[in-house]
Amino acid sequence: MKRGERITNSILEGGLKLSALLAIFLIFLIFIFIFKEALPIFTNPGVRSEVDLRDLFASSVWQPVSDHPRFSLLPLFLGTLKLSLIAILFATPLALGAAIFTAEFAPRALKETIKPGIEILAGIPSVVMGAFALLTLASVLQGIFGWTMRLNAVNAGIALGLAIVPTIYSVADDALRAVPGSFREAAYALGSRRNQAIFRVIIPVALPGIFAGFMLGLGRAIGETMIVLLASGNAAILSLDPALSTRSFSATIAAELGEVVFGSTHYAVLFFIGALLFVITFIINLIANLVVERFKVRLAGVA
Amino acid sequence: MKGWDKFFALASGLCVLIIFAFLFWIIFIIARNGAGTISWEFFTAAPVEGMTEGGIFPAIYGTVFLVLVMTVFLMPFGVMAGIYLAEYAPQNSRLTQAIRLAVNNLAGVPSIVFGLFGVGFFIQYAGRGLDRTLGLETVFSQPCLLWAAATLAILNLPVVIKTSEEAIKAVPLEHREAAFALGATKLKMIVRVVLPQAFSGILTGAILSVSRGAGEVAPILFTGAAYYLPYIPKLPTDQFMELGYHIFVLSTQSPDVDKTQPLLYGTILVLLLLTLALNTFAIGLRVRMRRKYGR
Amino acid sequence: MKKYWLLIPIFTLVTAGAALAGKAITIKGSDTMVILNQRWAENYMNNHPGAVVQVTGGGSGVGISALINGTTEICASSRTMKDSEQKKLRERWNILGVGIPVAKDGVTLFLNASNPVSELSLEQLKNIYTRKVKNWRELGGPEAPILLYGRESSSGTYVFFKDTVLLGADFAPETQTMPGTAAIVNAVSKDPNGIGYGGVAYASGVKHLKIRKTAGAAAYDPIQENVKSGVYPLSRDLFFYLRKTPSGDTKKFIDWILSPAGQEIVTKVGYFPVK
Repeated sequence: MKRGERITNSILEGGLKLSALLAIFLIFLIFIFIFKEALPIFTNPGVRSEVDLRDLFASSVWQPVSDHPRFSLLPLFLGTLKLSLIAILFATPLALGAAIFTAEFAPRALKETIKPGIEILAGIPSVVMGAFALLTLASVLQGIFGWTMRLNAVNAGIALGLAIVPTIYSVADDALRAVPGSFREAAYALGSRRNQAIFRVIIPVALPGIFAGFMLGLGRAIGETMIVLLASGNAAILSLDPALSTRSFSATIAAELGEVVFGSTHYAVLFFIGALLFVITFIINLIANLVVERFKVRLAGVA
Repeated sequence: MKGWDKFFALASGLCVLIIFAFLFWIIFIIARNGAGTISWEFFTAAPVEGMTEGGIFPAIYGTVFLVLVMTVFLMPFGVMAGIYLAEYAPQNSRLTQAIRLAVNNLAGVPSIVFGLFGVGFFIQYAGRGLDRTLGLETVFSQPCLLWAAATLAILNLPVVIKTSEEAIKAVPLEHREAAFALGATKLKMIVRVVLPQAFSGILTGAILSVSRGAGEVAPILFTGAAYYLPYIPKLPTDQFMELGYHIFVLSTQSPDVDKTQPLLYGTILVLLLLTLALNTFAIGLRVRMRRKYGR
Repeated sequence: MKKYWLLIPIFTLVTAGAALAGKAITIKGSDTMVILNQRWAENYMNNHPGAVVQVTGGGSGVGISALINGTTEICASSRTMKDSEQKKLRERWNILGVGIPVAKDGVTLFLNASNPVSELSLEQLKNIYTRKVKNWRELGGPEAPILLYGRESSSGTYVFFKDTVLLGADFAPETQTMPGTAAIVNAVSKDPNGIGYGGVAYASGVKHLKIRKTAGAAAYDPIQENVKSGVYPLSRDLFFYLRKTPSGDTKKFIDWILSPAGQEIVTKVGYFPVK
């Protein structure tokens, strides 16, 4: 190999490594640039006179455009919590059930239909899901339950749940299939019925993977924006009632960022919400990914 | 199968049924309300009369332009990172683990946070810097297609890295050894032997990210999408109309709701068909690839 | 792969070339006005070959902050600029900004068509949106809770309503905020107990309220003659804001808008001429 070629080679290989390092770099960059815009909340006296950290977490009203603007994150936090809980309560049993069915009961041909079908559900853009919830689902749900508020946390939560079913399903399905066949055979050899094998052997072994799917779904539900913006009614009510209209962190950013003057208090607060969203979802994803890694290593050990 | 076994088979089967019922419901509603709108004019005309008539051509055009520019940003970095992870990265080093963790975590960052990043980094920082350096008046320091595409590229980076890595790893070892035996360097082996064979896998990643890029609205809300443009954007520094954003606009801001309704469903149907077609293509490619390598 | 490498420099060149190419007149702001701006732009460009007018919405607040940030030339606003905004403009550019009324609009209140209530006074509206009145019974309607719909705080309509009807008071937190007038009209059409406000918009199942200035006064519909004469209590000017007095192409465009040809379009779109 000529010297010139060797140098080109090492430059190109260095480029490959740099591209891979880009992922780490981006994570830091995202955090820095979002936090940077939120920083005035902590440092700028003008901003601090309008909003204090205590106001963000202690008071109860989100009224950012007012003669006396109030920036309490509590109603938004509660709203986000409410929406993600409903989404996860709706999606987890469905996704898990479907994963168990595909992994344990479905004949091969059916399996080949279910998986692409759920991938198609994953491919539905969230703005389409949101429009569906706004125009169709909300009326149907109101007809069934007779809620006074047509757009509410349950409506948005169910649409959100549908959007995260594929996430939970695919991770849970991977986990169930990763359980070595020998475990199953051992259970049958000991005289287990199929349901006993599933509930006493396979699910317990796959549990970390299932948990990871749950966490990834939760992370997505917390951050999902367009569905909530369209389908939840966006009223910042401080209440846990799921039949009331609800405003989330993500929808608040989407609805209000366009309006704010760059560098104003409101702008800083919205970026602070963004930083919060980033940190919360980061922790959730970190836990999920670490659990998956460990699970893989452990199964690789026994298989 | 009997007793409890039967019960669990039915119960878990019911879950599948419910999921598919929702899926078909969504598709049915959209197809029924949108099919009547689809016409040649709908694809080729611009919205007129305050978006109560006309078509969605500018939105289709903007979407295609957007995902093309996104792909230009995305694919080189994504594929290169995939090559590094598959061929060079020492498997158990701290750095490799950190990269993998970062890729996985990047995939979980909410799309609206990418939108904020686009505003804070691309427009406010990179854009301002570019304008100052080039001595321009607000060309890059405002929302435009370039920044929206860059934001979407970051959003889709994990998808491309993962699919590329997977595709490259799937290339059989013997082929590499044959190349080495003929005296090729590692890089030459990758470019001449591995990449061509991994092509369909890499393409899968590209298609999946294009499909996602076409449907994501939150990241482009503040980085470049326009409510309405009276002309077709020609440059990456223009704002643009986009299908997903157009759906948001039609469902929230028309002066005549009844007249807009068919256009809204028509636009939803177009976006849905587009993403479904892309996803089906990607799924098909993957199935073919798995068969080829017996995985 | 090789082709990608080639694309990057080409792409950079194109982008840089773009930066130096011709300048468009940019209008950004009020969603209420986007359709109007669009028609103006469309017509102006048809009659003035070579002119480029770029229209974007997002809300009056968006437009004003873009004006302050220097990212738009004209800001379309459905409300007057606030003191705090003018202060920011002065701080950043050392100028006061120029406001030009370009059309008139009547903010409309929407009720579900099944609601027997047909007229309300400004004070009643204030009580409704601050939750002092919570039931339609208190307003001569059926025994049913009132459900509030309003615009997001980025819209000029939000601020106008807050200033004119609520006299500065805050909206009740129960107000469901929608990202556009169409979303409000749509919600009210499906919600028998709903009330909402916004620019002129239509949907089957929704009716427009007559508004009374005070309890004893006559009630008026939001129609052209009432808005133009100012007897409809919720009529307002729609503005173009600029950083400095318009000149060159921008001046030509604004002169045309205020001409009979430009104002004719105002009427066509459903708003009302300034003069």
